[in-house]
Amino acid sequence: MTCTETEILLHALLDGELDAGHAREVEAHMADCPHCAVQMRAFRELQQAMPAAQLRFTAPASLRRRIEKAFPAAPQRASSRRSVLKGFVMGTALSTAMAASLVVAVFRTDQDQRVLGDIVSAHVRSLQANHLTDVQTSDQHMVKPWFNGKLDIAPPVVDLTAKGFMLLGGRLDYIDGQAVASIVYRRRQHVINLFVTQGAASESHAAQLQTMQGYNIRRWAAQGLEFFAISDINGEELQEFVEKFDAALHPPKGV
Amino acid sequence: MLDQLQRQGPALSWKTGNDTMEGNGSDPHQDKARRFRDAALPYLDDVYTLARYLLRNTGDAEDAVQECYLRALRHFDTFRGPAIKPWLFAILRNVCRGEFARRSGGLHYIDQYVDGEADKDEDAVRPLWQESQLSPETEVLHQRDAQTIRRLVAELPDQFREAIVLREINDLSYREIADVVGVPVGTVMSRLARARSMLRKAWIAEEEPAT
Repeated sequence: MTCTETEILLHALLDGELDAGHAREVEAHMADCPHCAVQMRAFRELQQAMPAAQLRFTAPASLRRRIEKAFPAAPQRASSRRSVLKGFVMGTALSTAMAASLVVAVFRTDQDQRVLGDIVSAHVRSLQANHLTDVQTSDQHMVKPWFNGKLDIAPPVVDLTAKGFMLLGGRLDYIDGQAVASIVYRRRQHVINLFVTQGAASESHAAQLQTMQGYNIRRWAAQGLEFFAISDINGEELQEFVEKFDAALHPPKGV
Repeated sequence: MLDQLQRQGPALSWKTGNDTMEGNGSDPHQDKARRFRDAALPYLDDVYTLARYLLRNTGDAEDAVQECYLRALRHFDTFRGPAIKPWLFAILRNVCRGEFARRSGGLHYIDQYVDGEADKDEDAVRPLWQESQLSPETEVLHQRDAQTIRRLVAELPDQFREAIVLREINDLSYREIADVVGVPVGTVMSRLARARSMLRKAWIAEEEPAT
């Protein structure tokens, strides 16, 4: 590998965008080339000196109102299901509006749509409300017991960090008025919420892909539990997650 | 190796597709508006941040963001994922390049940087930047406050500013940036390399703040 190639590819390495093969080549080159090694350090230093959080802007409230006003007003028949939502209304005008719209959606759609809509809303909420996990640990043996006594199911928790899906922790959430377990994983910058609820004992079906509001959802049932994996990663990667999760739950016999 | 990466074209997956998942609500328009609001409003700060950096002007940025959300709602039927944030960014970028460039006499956000063959020759094929040979051994990167960093980023030329904002501040992957900007992944990478090089140079050249 030449210095010219390295000077560009080191940025991909810095951004975690390089596959293992190329990463090894770049690192091998830098081990022999002080010039490129210095470049790498210089740009890492620059990246670390740029705290993204402080460089963001916050949209003015007046702009938020102008945009909200442009949407058709939501009908006012939300109150009777409000208690269901009490647990996760976050207090901001935004989440209140979202909760109200969710309530209306709950009334209008059939069971499946309602559950999927809840899944999407719970996922979005978990991302925006700084409440991704109630128990934050990458140790599966701490996440699983945490759910004890909080739910009438024992959700399976497996650590898939070695398989490219990092276990972040667990959270209690509400889907269709029912407390459910959410096990949270991360793939690069993408969060995957795996919701586990009680299903029909006999039911078992393979994963189906659905898309709602741009989120991919994989839904499957096994051993009396129903699983919903939702994320903004692409459908294939989400399927990969489902397969790795399943494989970790049911390791091949004799291994 | 770079050639390989550059050959991957942008995949504008959300531009295809014709049907959409409608709820069973009695009013499909309100239903759509609600689903759009739930999906898109959480990204308002992200979209506004990008607008501020692209247009470098508060008023223009607010107008562009509003227009972006209106357009996005109109076209929500054709949105196919995978992620809504890059989709919103792509719409915002079109808004910025169109109306606001015209309104301000094309000074703020100029098409010529991002169109056609010239672009490829400019930053994909040309081996490396001439203007930014680093000599980092002797240069010290002092900490800068957020306001100074924002200004240094804002002073970068359009296509490099855009690349670094999408990557460092809005946290998009190279693939997502390639889709938003409409260039191959390899071009994203070389633009980022140049952007960081220019930024580092300006950073070091910046006067020390009076203490």
